[in-house]
Amino acid sequence: MHPAPSTYAGMADVAAVLVLLTEFAMLRAPTLRAQVRLYAFQSLVVTVLAVFIAATQHIGELYVLALLSFVLKVLIVPGLVLRLLRNAEVDLAGSSVLGVASMILIAIGVSAFGFFAVGSLHVHSTALPPTALAIAAAVVLVAFVLIILRSDVVSQAIGFFSLENGVSVASLVVAAGLPLVVEVAFLFDLLVAVVVFGVIMRVHHGRTKTLSTTELDRLKG
Amino acid sequence: MSSIPVLLIAVPFAAAVATFFLPVRVSRVLTVVSGALVFGLSLVLIPAVTTHTAISTGSLLRVDALSVVFLIATTFLYAATAVFAGGYLNLAQSPAGTRYGRRFYAGLNLFCWSMVAAPLVNGLALLWVAVEITTVVSALLVAIDDTDGASEASWKYVLIASLGLGIALLATIIMYYAGTTVFGSAYDLSYAQMLAGAVRFPPDVVRLAFVLAVLGFGTKMGLVPVHTWLPDAHSEAPTPVSALLSGALLAISFYAILRYFQIAVRTLGPTFPRNVLLIFGLASLLLAALYLLVQRDLKRLLAYSSVEHMGILAIGMSFGAPIAIVGVLLHVLAHAAAKGTAFFGAGSVVRKFGTKDMTRIRGGITALPWSGPMLVAAVLALSAMPPFGIFRSEFLIVSGGLSDPRDTVTAVLVILVTVAFFGLSWFTTQTMLTPAILPGSPEGAGMVTPTKGEVSPWIVVSMALGLAALVILGVHPPAQLNQLLHHAASELGVPR
Repeated sequence: MHPAPSTYAGMADVAAVLVLLTEFAMLRAPTLRAQVRLYAFQSLVVTVLAVFIAATQHIGELYVLALLSFVLKVLIVPGLVLRLLRNAEVDLAGSSVLGVASMILIAIGVSAFGFFAVGSLHVHSTALPPTALAIAAAVVLVAFVLIILRSDVVSQAIGFFSLENGVSVASLVVAAGLPLVVEVAFLFDLLVAVVVFGVIMRVHHGRTKTLSTTELDRLKG
Repeated sequence: MSSIPVLLIAVPFAAAVATFFLPVRVSRVLTVVSGALVFGLSLVLIPAVTTHTAISTGSLLRVDALSVVFLIATTFLYAATAVFAGGYLNLAQSPAGTRYGRRFYAGLNLFCWSMVAAPLVNGLALLWVAVEITTVVSALLVAIDDTDGASEASWKYVLIASLGLGIALLATIIMYYAGTTVFGSAYDLSYAQMLAGAVRFPPDVVRLAFVLAVLGFGTKMGLVPVHTWLPDAHSEAPTPVSALLSGALLAISFYAILRYFQIAVRTLGPTFPRNVLLIFGLASLLLAALYLLVQRDLKRLLAYSSVEHMGILAIGMSFGAPIAIVGVLLHVLAHAAAKGTAFFGAGSVVRKFGTKDMTRIRGGITALPWSGPMLVAAVLALSAMPPFGIFRSEFLIVSGGLSDPRDTVTAVLVILVTVAFFGLSWFTTQTMLTPAILPGSPEGAGMVTPTKGEVSPWIVVSMALGLAALVILGVHPPAQLNQLLHHAASELGVPR
């Protein structure tokens, strides 16, 4: 008989599951705007998890991190992408190779693989809930499914940002003590990456007048 | 001595800021000065790191023999590319031309700054940050030409490389977790500490972190099957950027893998990390050798040659003999010089003939009396012909493989390198050495026949620099450099 999980472990697991479910919701979101809003919600969950861990584990630095991640991932990144969408006047997500149902089925299979593969590592520790790490691995893999199967630049970029959210969950549960300077450097990098993604998306839209990636097939061999 | 790492970081950054504001003709000179200065500073570090184990500046910067090898490769190419760019860029005397020049030089310096920073920082997390910065800066440089090809290549590059680095970030975090079992929940990922504690890390966790790191940083290094961005970005970027991507950026990603390798061999013993690198290396070498046989685009040909050489590096690391590891490190230096020179020559050809399509170019050696023959020499150097540096490094790797003994792998390595040699030299010699077809003759349809003469003397100078370095590395590497390579190889070896 397993002992009941502590509040801390339970909360971390709940947050990780919410992040994973949001990732699935992104897979079926029909419009790009909905996708961006789901990303903002997912980032909010990650921020709440950071605040919770900061409070229960008494790691003061995590409050700073939570604040930064709130400003960056809940406000700035979605704001920038939504502005790009307003200028592009496109909202329907690029049609994917597969239907929504098949996409979800593939994602379920892939996330189960990630969950059990990482779970089988038997990562043990007194403070951390190992389930959350396995779920974070599943989030990363579903983000890959999203990027591979969606054929427009915004979905692919959001897929990358949400992959980063999955890694954030992993880092919060297994590496909460990571020095602040490093965490801030990670976030700064994300900010730079967002700006660069934005610039290249604008270049792409300026040249092709679409956000779809189906025309990006000239270079091969 | 401990102020040199600070200078190495400060100089290219200052150059990047200054070139954004200064007129282009000043930037041109300033970039060369900055490149030459950091190259000189890296050379100054050689005696210090071969006598001491490492030089630390504060807790953030640390230099040892391994990092100096990669610093030298990067900064040499920085200096040579700065010279080349001065001759290659042909800016219109218009506001658009000036804007392009400013962006280009600021981006070039910033790109080199991030690549110089990567081997200098102390710790796996900061290393990841530096490599991520190289990605975002170079993605903008790939897109700078604003053509359909460039925008497609830059999108593929920024997306695929960022995803790879997402995996590498996961590797960093899992490696951090492996460390918490020894150091407690709060510590930094500095190299000395990680290496000291590595024997007590949980093996399963380190195994996962190492594979993820090879996959993640391998994406940027161009290992098959995660190399798909590489030929596109290399062929569509402005040629100075192609040279830096191929000669320096791929090496820096390899450096990141080596840092994980150092930890992994301490925790897991040598067999597992070597086998992982062997699989990726063989796949890269096989695929690249076959693609080299069918390329018609000059810059894509050189890009696939990079994949081939990255495969050789990975295979060389999978051999246990110390001599093979010395060969791998020498290969990093020689490949930087050879690939830089080859891309400079390709840039000269592209500017002269206005096309990268090798079926439309004939008589390159007549049209370009200096850079033409030097391009042929650089391609022969890439195919490991003596007296160039790659001959020596591949010789060391192969003899390491035979003494290991890993005879089968070594035989496969030699065969695939020979296949690659055929592809690489067949098309370039055809392009460069076959006499130009007279315009108006029936075979001449679609051919480009430009006038005779070099595009710019600076291109010739940059190529001569690269070839001189290759000959020095091949004929008689300086004793101090040899010492550095052996020292770095012992840092990478399995501790007894």
